[in-house]
Amino acid sequence: MHKKTLKEIIGLLEKKEVSSEEAVKSCLDNIEKNKHLNALNYVNADNAIKQAREIDARRARGERVGALAGAPLIIKDNICTEGIPTTCSSKMLQNFIPVYNATVVEKLLAEDAIILGKANMDEFAMGSSNLSSYTGPVRNPYNNDYVSGGSSGGSCASVSANLAYAALGSDTGGSIRQPASFCGAVGVKPTYGTVSRHGLIALSSSFDQIGPITKNVEDAAFMTQIISGYDERDNISYRGEYPSLEIDHEFSFKDKKIGVPKEFLDLLLDQDVKAITRKQLDLLSDEGAQIIEMSMKTLEYAIPVYYVLGCAEAASNLGRFDGIKYGYRSQDFEDLIDLYFKSRTQGFGKDVKLRILVGNFALSKGNFDAYFKKAQKVQTLIKQEFDQAFEKCDLIITPTTPTPAFKINLDQEDAQSRYICDVFTAPVNIAGNAAISVPAGASSKGLPIGLQIIAPSLGEKLMFDAAYAFERIRQ
Amino acid sequence: MIYLAVIGLEVHTELKTNTKIFCSCKNEFNLEPNINCCPVCVGMPGALPALNKKAVEYAIKAGLALNCEINTLTRWERKNYFYPDLPKAYQVSQAEAPVCLGGYMEIETQNGPKKIRINHIHLEEDAGKLIHSEYGGSLVDYNRGGVPLIEIVTEPDLSSADETLVFLENLRALLKYIGVSDCRMEQGSLRCDVNVSLRKEGEPLGIRTEMKNLASFKAVHRAITYEINRQTEILNSGGEIIQETRRWDDQKGRSYSMRAKEDAQDYRYFPETDLPPVKISSEFVRQVKETLPLLPKERAQKYVEEYNLPQYDAQILTSEITIADFFDECVALFDNPKMISNWIMTDVMRKIKEHQTEDIVLPINAKNFTKMLKLHQDNVINQPAAKTLFEHMWHQDSKTDPEQLIQKLNLVQISDEGELENILKEIIQNNPAAADDVRGGNKKAIAFFVGQVMKATKGKANPKTVNELIQKLL
Ligand SMILES: [Zn+2]
Repeated sequence: MHKKTLKEIIGLLEKKEVSSEEAVKSCLDNIEKNKHLNALNYVNADNAIKQAREIDARRARGERVGALAGAPLIIKDNICTEGIPTTCSSKMLQNFIPVYNATVVEKLLAEDAIILGKANMDEFAMGSSNLSSYTGPVRNPYNNDYVSGGSSGGSCASVSANLAYAALGSDTGGSIRQPASFCGAVGVKPTYGTVSRHGLIALSSSFDQIGPITKNVEDAAFMTQIISGYDERDNISYRGEYPSLEIDHEFSFKDKKIGVPKEFLDLLLDQDVKAITRKQLDLLSDEGAQIIEMSMKTLEYAIPVYYVLGCAEAASNLGRFDGIKYGYRSQDFEDLIDLYFKSRTQGFGKDVKLRILVGNFALSKGNFDAYFKKAQKVQTLIKQEFDQAFEKCDLIITPTTPTPAFKINLDQEDAQSRYICDVFTAPVNIAGNAAISVPAGASSKGLPIGLQIIAPSLGEKLMFDAAYAFERIRQ
Repeated sequence: MIYLAVIGLEVHTELKTNTKIFCSCKNEFNLEPNINCCPVCVGMPGALPALNKKAVEYAIKAGLALNCEINTLTRWERKNYFYPDLPKAYQVSQAEAPVCLGGYMEIETQNGPKKIRINHIHLEEDAGKLIHSEYGGSLVDYNRGGVPLIEIVTEPDLSSADETLVFLENLRALLKYIGVSDCRMEQGSLRCDVNVSLRKEGEPLGIRTEMKNLASFKAVHRAITYEINRQTEILNSGGEIIQETRRWDDQKGRSYSMRAKEDAQDYRYFPETDLPPVKISSEFVRQVKETLPLLPKERAQKYVEEYNLPQYDAQILTSEITIADFFDECVALFDNPKMISNWIMTDVMRKIKEHQTEDIVLPINAKNFTKMLKLHQDNVINQPAAKTLFEHMWHQDSKTDPEQLIQKLNLVQISDEGELENILKEIIQNNPAAADDVRGGNKKAIAFFVGQVMKATKGKANPKTVNELIQKLL
């Protein structure tokens, strides 16, 4: 039963062919069987069962229930859940229990979803491998020796291994799409500002976006619709219209212009990814799509821009973890400075400290213009280049990642090579538009490979229709 | 060697909006710690700021009152530093595009009016407050955290401690006038840092020092005087001023070096992307302008023109909004502006000075105050009785109708000629020599008889009637 898609289980629940309690228990059994994946930081078992019984009772009495009534979901551990630990997979927040729900959590609860657990992740969402988690790496459900990807590794592995029917993740430079690609799930990064960030523990404020991870495109559109919307508590929240994301099942690629940045294809060194991307583009071409190879020259600067601006914001955002109010506090300290110093040195992992250093370096007096200001200017250029590209095409398609999942190697020191994971995904965060990763095939080793469909800002409707059509064509 | 002092100010003022700047917590001074707090203002992970537009409106108001240009697009920056009273380890502030740019305030100096230029006014959030516990260690109160604050930064146009004091007093009065702040220094809703440097006539600006921890206007004055003397001594002995931040110790009456320029914090300012830039339309600025009350200068002008008051009196009356409002209320009830003004300028102001508090509190209301004036004007009570009544009303009973009070206090003037004549006759009988002096044209002797009658009537005799009777009987 846990193998059903979100819409399927909701259908069964509505018809009362399955009770929510059964759905929850089925997932809990599967969580137990998949403990080795290390996908979850916290399992909300007792509360989930209690909540499932309440929803079943309400349904039995014929009361109105929400659109997600009784469906168990997983939430990434950087999204605040009232009364449920939210740790960011960091030693810093091991005992942290939020006093409020993130807006997205409120929205899910308003639709009677059941929060089954909190997903493991890279510490403070910094990473593309889930190796930086204080609670250990998440294993790829397709091959346990391989990484799940990150930072939403736990969320993606959970969906892929059927621990729940859908999950929420957060995507700052590819943190939903990249692990979704590695784990064979569908992952969405909605347009910046369309999903409230209120309650998302910030990594890089101007790139962070919450999005869903699901088993198929239709579920992804459904979840995106539910969590989107203006939120007065997030001042950058989009105030305009939110169109219906109901999938157009008749959508055709005929005469659709698909842009393919040739700079991206040039970067493809992995033969499997290259072959599958080519194959799928040919498939779309056969469906009548017009494949336009285009040059996007600024994209090569996306990663440096992402790290300069992203780390700068992260350095500031993580200042609040100082051992004073909540979270980890070193037990032996001499004075205030020592308290800060020891709490942060002991509470943060290596990758986090590295990014804080990089960020503060870019923000410091002598470097601000050369790094931060320059990166901001390039960000504007990247945005403009995307805008210009979308004058020539309807959607842009790239592989989601340059390689399939790599082997878990905790000794891996070469952070630089891991940063390359985001090369196709980070530009989208920099530009602020929407993108989805859809499974597109498997490598010779049987590891999933994803295709990224990039839409213009607020182009979710077209993106989901196209992704759905692609999913159908592939099958 | 004579040096010229060059003084600039950074004045921080808490705005009295109903709620805090980025959350809906109440903005009120509260003695019980951590009552007005929420995830946003204590910097809980994931919480985001949501701008209170009222704060922007109040900042614009202050800018307009200080003749500033209002920015059409104002942006936010983060100022990063670690301190336990700053829950996010950054303060949301403004650097590149503050709400208000370049203005001025005119003050009166010994050499006539002087324009003190304002460099800019920016908005920011206040920090919490550390309480050093008697049990050791420190506690943090975040009630104040997130209270909206404007920082008014002047150009270094002030040239003495006295001038600075005048500027600050005028500024405080102005901000209270327009209703954007209570400006209570003792509660910390008005704070100020002072920059001081010295230079010789005709020479460029000297090295400046910044003074912090100035808890009162008096402290500002003392600290500036101290700093000017300190720098003068250094320069006179051939030394050099070090650019540094100094901390004023008001009890010891001296300042101490806090940190040198090299050790100055790098606040790593950068754009706060959680908040979009705020567009300020000229239409909005116009609307805000309409809510501004008459400012002290304009109001004084009005008093001169409408009530024929001397310029000086009008200026005193309008220097504090509480006084000016009281005056207006009185004038509305009792059509004798000159008399009201005289009483406020002398007796009321004296009382206020006697009980100097930061906020002017008037224990008497306009209704009873003007009734008292009317009783005096109508000769129901004489001048001394009016003063006695005023004292009584101010200190003991401001509620009771003065008509009843004068009965109760037995203050009604004796104007009855028969009664006064009998009293006077008796006094003349007992003082024949003095009576002769009056008959001989001695004016001083007249005063003697008036005084004696007053004594006999406990000050209630109508002095005019007494004078007439003396003329008649002698
Ligand atoms: Zn608050």
